[in-house]
Amino acid sequence: MKDRYKLLLVLAVFALAYFIPFEAGRVQRAILEAFYMLQDYAQKHVLLCLVPAFFIAGAITVFISQASVMKYLGPLANKFLSYSVASVSGTILAVCSCTVLPLFAGIYRMGAGIGPATAFLYSGPAINILAIVLSAKVLGWQIGLARALGSVVFAYVIGLIMAFIFRNDELERKKVQMAALPDEEPTLRLWQQAVYVGSMIGVLVFANWARPQVNQGLWHEIYSLKWYVTGAFGLLFTYTFVKWLKARLWVSIIGVLVVALLAVLFPKYPLLSFSAGIAFLVYAGKTSSEETKNWIDSTWTFTLMILPLLFGGVLVAGFLLGMPGGDNGIIPNAWIARLVGGNSVGANLLASVVGALMYFATLTEVPIVQGLLGSGMGKGPALALLLAGPALSLPNMIVIRSILGTKKAFVFFGLVIGLSTIVGVIFGWLVG
Amino acid sequence: MKIQILGTGCAKCLKLTHNAEEAVKESGIDAEVEKVTDINKIMDYGVMMTPGLVVDGVVKSVGKVLSVEEIKKLLG
Repeated sequence: MKDRYKLLLVLAVFALAYFIPFEAGRVQRAILEAFYMLQDYAQKHVLLCLVPAFFIAGAITVFISQASVMKYLGPLANKFLSYSVASVSGTILAVCSCTVLPLFAGIYRMGAGIGPATAFLYSGPAINILAIVLSAKVLGWQIGLARALGSVVFAYVIGLIMAFIFRNDELERKKVQMAALPDEEPTLRLWQQAVYVGSMIGVLVFANWARPQVNQGLWHEIYSLKWYVTGAFGLLFTYTFVKWLKARLWVSIIGVLVVALLAVLFPKYPLLSFSAGIAFLVYAGKTSSEETKNWIDSTWTFTLMILPLLFGGVLVAGFLLGMPGGDNGIIPNAWIARLVGGNSVGANLLASVVGALMYFATLTEVPIVQGLLGSGMGKGPALALLLAGPALSLPNMIVIRSILGTKKAFVFFGLVIGLSTIVGVIFGWLVG
Repeated sequence: MKIQILGTGCAKCLKLTHNAEEAVKESGIDAEVEKVTDINKIMDYGVMMTPGLVVDGVVKSVGKVLSVEEIKKLLG
């Protein structure tokens, strides 16, 4: 950081400390609210939801061969396939938001061209595993699902429109040879990858199974059995962990026994055995094979990278907007409701434009949208913001413009904002 | 010798830079480590999965964080 920026920062902090009316009730409540919101996340969303999701994200980067996906996005790939792969591959390729732009630039300049590249850019940030999991958990499964499906479908549409509008100037692209991708035998075969990651997703889904509103029916049956199902997936996972990844057998057996014992002794505190399981997993992973070590390390990297940003985002959202259900944020609920309440086209458009300009660090869009929803934002505009938000931000618009050129970039921005608005309106109309 | 780390500044790229510097120090080779963060320059090397490691203009690895040992082998 240059010294003049540091000076600006110091001045800004000083001005805040000097001028903020801390004695005002509203400010005090908002500060308290920020910490309530942080506590809410810590209690409800971190252990059962985020921690397993970090492990899954780590496993995806380490065990799933990303090079094999890139084959379908190369210059010679079948067009239909490349669009399909581009719209869904964010799950595997975009685990960290910082990888999205290089991949986008690469697909555009060396690979399948502008259509698949823009499709990838639009859907990538929204369908990475952490984003889906946290949106569904915090904002409800409808928005989580709509976010994932909406971004895939509209990625296709945006890609096709971009490719159609600019069908004649594909030649402008510089011909650059794609560097050879690492062509090594993956540790796990495809079906093994599926079982391995699948068993973890099973743990994640069932551990977070919410209590349904009525006390009968299938959902309730599943809810009352959820820890058994979670345990079964946990055992399947442990088996594959030992069998395929050569985790130390004895550590794993002791781990399973401790987890089971805690579950029997303290049936009211499932978090206890869950945490013990995670602790044994980390220990076994760190002390077993090279692969398990890499996995734990990359999980740790994700955690360090994302958790501080997310907690910062939660504090900011709590301060500005307050906890859902109250009106204690610094911004009065009435303002939010007037701007983006209901499901008008104007509200959806505003949400899309603001989302497109604002920068969200990985996952911070979730607490912000949660706060906005609690302050009276409509569900349609919420989805519009979630769709346009992570794909675009002022800083990355500048990079995108340097890659695509002004004209294409602005057509793309327009499409993202326009389509997000339309999806928002449709979704708000469906659930509203 | 010139070592370049291609990456837009994510955690993996920082780690690779760190490992490369470590490898240079340990092996005692006269080499400078440079970070390339401009995405268009990264593309000129044909690298789309960051971080990439370039030694004297030749791409040696993409999409991976090499360990200090692995980098030493590449240099030696």
